[in-house]
Amino acid sequence: MIPQVWRIEQRREEYPGTVTLALTREGKSRDSIHPGQFNMLYAFGAGEVAISSSGPGTSSDEPLIHTIKSQGLATQALCRLPEGSQLGVRGPFGQGWPIGLVKRRPLIVIAGGLGLAPLRPLIYSFLKGQLPARSLQVFYGARRPQELLYQQELEDWGKSFELVVSVDHADSTWEGHVGVITDPLRISTLDTGNALIFLCGPEIMMRFCIQVLRHKGVAESNIYLSMERNMKCAIGLCGHCQWGPNFVCKDGPVFCYRNVRQWFQINSL
Amino acid sequence: MKTITDLLHEHPFFNGLAEKDLQFLSGCTSNGHYKEGEYLARENTSADHFFLIRSGRVAVETFVPNYGPLCLMTLHGGDIFGWSWLYPPYRTAFDARALTSVRSLRLGGKCLRDKCEREPRLGFELMKRFAKIATDRLQATRIQLLDLYGPHPSQGDRQP
Ligand SMILES: Cc1cc2nc3c(=O)[nH]c(=O)nc-3n(C[C@H](O)[C@H](O)[C@H](O)COP(=O)(O)OP(=O)(O)OC[C@H]3O[C@@H](n4cnc5c(N)ncnc54)[C@H](O)[C@@H]3O)c2cc1C
Ligand code: FES
Repeated sequence: MIPQVWRIEQRREEYPGTVTLALTREGKSRDSIHPGQFNMLYAFGAGEVAISSSGPGTSSDEPLIHTIKSQGLATQALCRLPEGSQLGVRGPFGQGWPIGLVKRRPLIVIAGGLGLAPLRPLIYSFLKGQLPARSLQVFYGARRPQELLYQQELEDWGKSFELVVSVDHADSTWEGHVGVITDPLRISTLDTGNALIFLCGPEIMMRFCIQVLRHKGVAESNIYLSMERNMKCAIGLCGHCQWGPNFVCKDGPVFCYRNVRQWFQINSL
Repeated sequence: MKTITDLLHEHPFFNGLAEKDLQFLSGCTSNGHYKEGEYLARENTSADHFFLIRSGRVAVETFVPNYGPLCLMTLHGGDIFGWSWLYPPYRTAFDARALTSVRSLRLGGKCLRDKCEREPRLGFELMKRFAKIATDRLQATRIQLLDLYGPHPSQGDRQP
């Protein structure tokens, strides 16, 4: 429960207000972190927040990578920290993406906005040949071209697997898709019988994507999504993250849609 | 070499349309090829055609004074551009600009309009298909306006 002190080795601004931090801890390795798991990051004096691992590496000798969007007090403080400064880290916590189920199946990853961050470790596992998926399709929706995460990587990824990026608003210099991500999803060819779908983004975006997926015949049991709720303890004690009968910190953040459908449909839960 | 009737047959928009209707339609259809940057249609001009996009990508744009062209959505193979030929005042609402090289079928709206007046059965078939496109686009626009990827609703727009 006590945070350990880590140091920001590298800070990269993805776009104004969103940064990716690489964290290291002198002489000590860390616990390995499973794609989809999160850490509690503590900006001293400001507060502690849940942030997913967005790193390409999951093993214990690699830096911890987190992508943070400045929202309220704690995330603003974290985003302002310069390279070399210290912060507290607790974790890893939660159940990540069910990689065990991927075996030789097509994997479809759908990300909205910052939702790409918790999915990035999976994409790297696929590229390194560690994820036994038969194929990978990635759908990524953002507000504007300027608000795309990992811009350099997106260019490289597009050469290695099917990547569809769509933005809501763009001027005429953007040559990609314009429109919500549900549009390209609707017209794409998906292996609806066997594919596994991993989905992360704002709840409303996930809801619309699930409508499209269900309409295309994807089974509820093949859809997995990552949920967000305010965290305090992150270990299932305080009840802050309770969602229906689940604690998002301990039972999630990744849930199978089949098991949470009834809670997903209640707006204010 | 495929005939225009074959191409109309293949396009999902005309799925299930009677053979004789397709024969009629092919009479008012021409093949179109547009280079990157070329316009299929221009905003506020007479809407005499609509387009079935066979391949490539098309930006639906509007020109905003002091800002420039603004892309509202992109269309791809299988999509349709243009329903203004069907409704008065028959003027194209947006620009359609080829983002890549585009192959399309261009259908004459004026001759179709006259035909639909004379043959309400075909008119109703086409009206159902265009109404479906219009409602799908309306739905997509509403979702876009919701700003799905924006800040948490309780925050307002607190982008730094
Ligand atoms: C499992 C998990 C993984 C996450 N991964 C990331 C990540 O990789 N990158 C990232 O930037 N953020 C991530 N978040 C969200 C992050 O934890 C919240 O943005 C953060 O808690 C907001 O805290 P704050 O102190 O900056 O804002 P506050 O001042 O507490 O709140 C600012 C606004 O954000 C809203 N808010 C607070 N917490 C959340 C939340 N958990 N979800 C949605 N809205 C919230 C509040 O209602 C308020 O309107 C994750 C959250 C969870 C639960
Ligand atoms: S954060 Fe305390 S129970 Fe989940």
